[in-house]
Amino acid sequence: MKISDVAAILQADVLVEGNMDTEVKTACGSDMMSDVLAFVKDQSVLLTGLMNPQVVRTAEMMDMHCIIFVRGKEADPMVLQLAEQKDITVLQTRYRMFTACGMLYEAGLRGGCEKE
Amino acid sequence: MSGLSLKYEVPGDDFTRAGEASSDVKRKLKKLGYDPDAIRRVAIAMYEGEINMVIHAGGGQAFVTIEPERVDIVLEDHGPGIADVEKAMQAGYSTAPDQVRSLGFGAGMGLPNMKKYTDEMTIDTEVGKGTTLKMTVLVNHKS
Repeated sequence: MKISDVAAILQADVLVEGNMDTEVKTACGSDMMSDVLAFVKDQSVLLTGLMNPQVVRTAEMMDMHCIIFVRGKEADPMVLQLAEQKDITVLQTRYRMFTACGMLYEAGLRGGCEKE
Repeated sequence: MSGLSLKYEVPGDDFTRAGEASSDVKRKLKKLGYDPDAIRRVAIAMYEGEINMVIHAGGGQAFVTIEPERVDIVLEDHGPGIADVEKAMQAGYSTAPDQVRSLGFGAGMGLPNMKKYTDEMTIDTEVGKGTTLKMTVLVNHKS
């Protein structure tokens, strides 16, 4: 699916608009960035409730295209600015982590780490 | 092509800036046309190391040498040193304070991640003196 589809499914606000036509197949949901860095291979989307610049750095190191802030949390302008520099789309959804992950899984996104 | 040597100061007092050096190395490798997988391994390993220096050691210095077939990263700090390297290498073992966990780190995956993503890694550490971490990533350079 495209990032624009992800945004539509989660009824998300687009806080930073990168390329919304980018195709994404896999996602990862975590508040621990080291876990993201440990278990993620070719993930495109990061769902998190963590709101600091290291979320963007982590996504950058992993070549991720899209960050989704769950539970409707407000992101610091500095975080958004960094994402903009790195050309990473940032979405914000009111859904909580479990629900947001479930909705995307149901729509076809996968974890990508193991055979699913 | 001769090696490109880079040096970075990693500030110890500003968590928000941690990762800037890794980001710069990543950008340079991309420009030089290195294999994306190798770039990612370098970026992740160095980024985890940078985070460690900020969390545990009050910052330090990073030296990176880029050569056609390999990238060498040396992270040097004058922090507290690692008392038990073997334990520190275990996945899930962490001495990071709770405050660090609330920032998304301190899961005890830093050193194991670095080991996993690099081809060689050595830790030279002395309690009370500091730590020097050397990592090498072998790359397939696209000429």
